[in-house]
Amino acid sequence: MAYSNKVLDHFKNPRNVGVLDKNSKNVGTGLVGAPECGDVMRLQIEVDDATGLIRDAKFKTFGCGSAIASSSLATEWLKGKSVEDAMRIDNMDIVEELALPPVKIHCSVLAEDAIKAAIKDYQEKNGIVPTNAENTATSA
Amino acid sequence: MEKRRLIYLDNNATTPCDPRVVEAMIPFFFEKHGNAASRSHQFGWEAEEAVDYAREQIAQLIGADEKEIIFTSGATEANNLAIKGVFEMYARKGNHIITAETEHKAVLDTCKHLEKLGAEITYLKVKEDGLIDLAELDAAIKPSTILVSIMWANNETGVIQPMREIAQICEKHGVLFHSDATQAVGKIPTNPRETGVHLMSFTGHKMYGPKGVGALYVSRKNPRVKVTAQMDGGGHERGMRSGTLNVPGIVGFGKAAEIARLEMAQDAERVSQLRDKLEKALTKLEETKVNGNPQSRMPHVSNISFKHVEGEGLMMTFNQNIAVSSGSACTSASLEPSYVLVGMGLGDDLAHSSIRFSLGRFTTEEDVDYAIEAVSNGVNHMRDLSPIWEMYKDGVDLTKIEWSAH
Repeated sequence: MAYSNKVLDHFKNPRNVGVLDKNSKNVGTGLVGAPECGDVMRLQIEVDDATGLIRDAKFKTFGCGSAIASSSLATEWLKGKSVEDAMRIDNMDIVEELALPPVKIHCSVLAEDAIKAAIKDYQEKNGIVPTNAENTATSA
Repeated sequence: MEKRRLIYLDNNATTPCDPRVVEAMIPFFFEKHGNAASRSHQFGWEAEEAVDYAREQIAQLIGADEKEIIFTSGATEANNLAIKGVFEMYARKGNHIITAETEHKAVLDTCKHLEKLGAEITYLKVKEDGLIDLAELDAAIKPSTILVSIMWANNETGVIQPMREIAQICEKHGVLFHSDATQAVGKIPTNPRETGVHLMSFTGHKMYGPKGVGALYVSRKNPRVKVTAQMDGGGHERGMRSGTLNVPGIVGFGKAAEIARLEMAQDAERVSQLRDKLEKALTKLEETKVNGNPQSRMPHVSNISFKHVEGEGLMMTFNQNIAVSSGSACTSASLEPSYVLVGMGLGDDLAHSSIRFSLGRFTTEEDVDYAIEAVSNGVNHMRDLSPIWEMYKDGVDLTKIEWSAH
């Protein structure tokens, strides 16, 4: 299967690989997928108290090239967004941006799940009542 | 790393056609284009003679009589003909067939098809090393058993089944023994008569011959085996497989068999040294595991699991330069990991982390050195990106995590 240039670029030069302090109050961590399914994503956001914007995002992913590219792209999009705007990132936006073929759509779903799981973790830590019912994301 | 030629380490998928084979085939496309079944003119005689010669070359490779070679379009067709052909021919004796879970789909799906037609199939499990349990086979045979079908060597792991012992069990019970020997013929000695195999499938394109041509060995004496034709028509191949013979393909297959007979021993020795070098270097990486019994394995295959690295992603780090195949079938529409590795007791996670390296006649030491470097770098890159590798390194017990299976 041929990968799009954007997938190849994110795969070869993944953005924002790493780890944030998961014990920090400002950090939300989402861990989704399962090793036996061949995909695990860990996505973290760090929210600025003053502005309410996501000031940093990091990921690590076990998976195929499309899974790595989807999570790398997600961290790029998250930085600088408000939590509310981050909630609106849809998996189909990722599919479109990376030109993922149908068999790889689950990678984008996983990335959306990871974003929502990270936000949920951040909100729970800070006693924020979710504004969006969608945050009870279930896995695909 | 600098740009270089593509290195081919996927010889179990298909081998390149040996240039000597190509050369032998060329006259049979234009100058000698006859139909081997044309009895009335020179073109036909010439083609028939070429087919007869190829049949001898192939028979010689496996120690058979020329009349025991039935040409087919490949090993898949040979497997279909053997299993369906025996099921139909021996229907009055019984309907029970025994095979193993790690067989190729050409055998498994043929058996599944026969189940719908009233066959009873036993799928033997394999042990952790990929070998079947002989006592289990012995116990599975019953009065209605007509056929045991066990592959000679596995395509994913290279594991060689205990053929002689299986044959003895079949002999004891008076049951026919078929073997899908696609991965073995031409690379290791495979003599069905000496071994006690009554039907044997193999193909040209796994032994440096062309694609689209294969054969079924059918024993003609002690026992005389008959199979019901699955392709009806002009009665070619002694009525067992109708259809105009693929003369250039058969000529190439014959030449490939001759080269294999003469060069197999030296090829196997050279390639096994390269395989061992590759395997030794790659298993120096942390948390790696070689799959399949190392004492009973094809000389050119190595199937390695790289823990906490996903196989398809790993391949993507070097597939611009190196062609291998993943133990995980993630590249297909299904996300199922290899059933062969899972059948050997590997967890789905490890099965997703496995790569098959299959070397061949044209693999050089330089290729192997390059692959060692590129694969090692790839594993390290993927582990740097892998959250489960990080957790493993931090001492987290991954089995205790509640994963959200998707």
